[in-house]
Amino acid sequence: MTEINLVQAVNLALARAMQDDDRVVVLGEDVGADGGVFRATDGLLKRFGAERVFDTPLAEAAIAGLSVGLAAQGFHPVAEIQFTGFIYPAIDQLANHASRLRTRTRGRITCPMVLRSPCGGGIHAPEHHSESPEAMFAHIPGLRVVIPSSPKRAYGLLLAAIRNPDPVVFLEPTRLYRTAREDVADDGVAAPLDRCFVVREGTELTLIAWGAMVKDALESADALARTGVSVEVIDVATLKPLDEETILASVKKTGRAVIVHEAPLTGGFGAEIAARIAEHALLSLLAPIERVAGYDTVIPLPRLEQHYFPDAVHISGAARRAMAYT
Amino acid sequence: MSEIVGQFQITYTRCLDPAGKPVGPLPDFARNPATVTALYRALVRTRTFDAKAIALQRTGRLGTYASSLGQEAVSVGCASAMRPEDVLLPSFREHGAQLLRGVTPLELFLYWGGDERGSAFAGPRQDFPNSVPVGSHTPHAAGVALAFKLRREPRVAVCVFGDGASSKGDVAEALNIAGVWQLPAVFVVSNNQWAISVPRASQTAAETLAQKAIAAGLPGEQVDGNDVVAVHAVVGAAVERARRGEGPSLVEALTYRLGDHTTADDASRYRDDAVVTPHWQEEPILRLRRYLTDAGLWSKQDEERLLHETSAEIDAAANAWLATPSLDPATMFEHTYAEPPADLAKQRDAMLASRAERATMAAAS
Repeated sequence: MTEINLVQAVNLALARAMQDDDRVVVLGEDVGADGGVFRATDGLLKRFGAERVFDTPLAEAAIAGLSVGLAAQGFHPVAEIQFTGFIYPAIDQLANHASRLRTRTRGRITCPMVLRSPCGGGIHAPEHHSESPEAMFAHIPGLRVVIPSSPKRAYGLLLAAIRNPDPVVFLEPTRLYRTAREDVADDGVAAPLDRCFVVREGTELTLIAWGAMVKDALESADALARTGVSVEVIDVATLKPLDEETILASVKKTGRAVIVHEAPLTGGFGAEIAARIAEHALLSLLAPIERVAGYDTVIPLPRLEQHYFPDAVHISGAARRAMAYT
Repeated sequence: MSEIVGQFQITYTRCLDPAGKPVGPLPDFARNPATVTALYRALVRTRTFDAKAIALQRTGRLGTYASSLGQEAVSVGCASAMRPEDVLLPSFREHGAQLLRGVTPLELFLYWGGDERGSAFAGPRQDFPNSVPVGSHTPHAAGVALAFKLRREPRVAVCVFGDGASSKGDVAEALNIAGVWQLPAVFVVSNNQWAISVPRASQTAAETLAQKAIAAGLPGEQVDGNDVVAVHAVVGAAVERARRGEGPSLVEALTYRLGDHTTADDASRYRDDAVVTPHWQEEPILRLRRYLTDAGLWSKQDEERLLHETSAEIDAAANAWLATPSLDPATMFEHTYAEPPADLAKQRDAMLASRAERATMAAAS
């Protein structure tokens, strides 16, 4: 086992998937000789050749559209969109085509493709490089939406996404790319695509987060533990389809739920989770559901972005309010 | 100092004039009477289907329908130039191509009647369903062609879209990628001169739509889209070039939309009948019948027999459509994913429960 970071884990999973299955091809802008602007595809061109790894022209709609055509023909394309700020031209392809081909043809044509993209802020990037649009994708029937929170998770979930017979949007939190390191075994074992992960057990309050915010949630849980509050932390990881059972079981146990996401508050995926808790666990609640989220502003440029992100102070504040509620 | 570093020419091909007279020596395939009469039969079958579809829609027995009246030669010419193992990626007016490739009239009625089984084609299993979003299927053709190229299969992706689609970025992106990777794809603009109410002249300042290929580095040419012999020849040459690994092409087929955009449209709001009338003299079926009749290859009896046969086939398909019950509503959950996820299965169960409740209430009242 080797200790690697999240972007290396993505690379490891891509290489593993390509080695195991000839149908897996990698495409996108600068994914070849450059190995991707974050190096997620580093070395793949050299190892697997130009018929498995190809640089596309700079055209996001076509990157997604090409993937639809390849997938319809039985390939398993893994396409990279360089930053989520550039993913919007591809949404037409995802919403109108990739997610619907199976339904429209009653299973005659399917679309086993993965669209990978870095997401979120915190790396002092230029404009349009820091968005968190996961809720938009989660609203599209037929898509799966996956966001890893650690190198291990990234490896297992990406393998699962590539092997899945349906289209998957795989969002990789940029600020985790090179921060946390973890031992990741290249064992080819995929993680489940329909399960939330309980990453810390507790009894009095449930923190629900995904992607980069899982780290902040865990730190807050540690801090709260020091003040005598027992916090359970759930990494949602697979937003769509949502494993509501794990979330509801936890909230029924703790009676308190704080949902944390980096994306703007209004219409964020936290609203969906809050609604499910309200529908199915209302009478277990000892306090109102709290949401800790990004503001409904355009995410600021790097000088102010730290003031935009929810952090341990916001999370602990919400947790204390929930604990104090009578 | 300035010098010319790029120049282009666009050719226009026609084999038969509107009176059905050959304008020069016909292509080799057209010397075989059986080939030309087969094209004629396919055109008539398409129009018979079209007329029935409109009649069914007008009487409330089909959904909104996009007629191919007057454009049949583009569709039939493309499909007749393809091999069964090629893949067709149509927009939503290529009934002629679909019928010729083995999509059944019943499947087409199902599709336009609002039933997903209409795109589950038992025949051409890899052909794409209609793309209603305009032009966004062109990158799929590049992807399908890339799959053929990667697998070294001598197959071709043929993508048909309209003059309106030629203004879209998707089309530019797809042509560009097909060009840079030399993919085995043929893009056909079925230029019927109207994008609903917007005429071709308001769509682009370019003299031809075919020249949009030039900027992408692939050959572009025009063909008389009401001359099925010419469409078959030009698209056929492009398809075989692609099959030989000599790269993609764009063909602009000039035709005319004689009918409304769809049955939900009223073209009299934006174009006078007087504008349309002369185009009836150029339409593809009349033209080919004149040619076949002049050449002594087609008689009144042949025509009557064909009309009788196609009507019988299409009427039988229409009756089969009208006799086909809807799918069980719960089947809408079947193909959203390969397997319904747990939360979707719950929604399906809720639907089943509410139906059971409705049935109980109906029984009680």
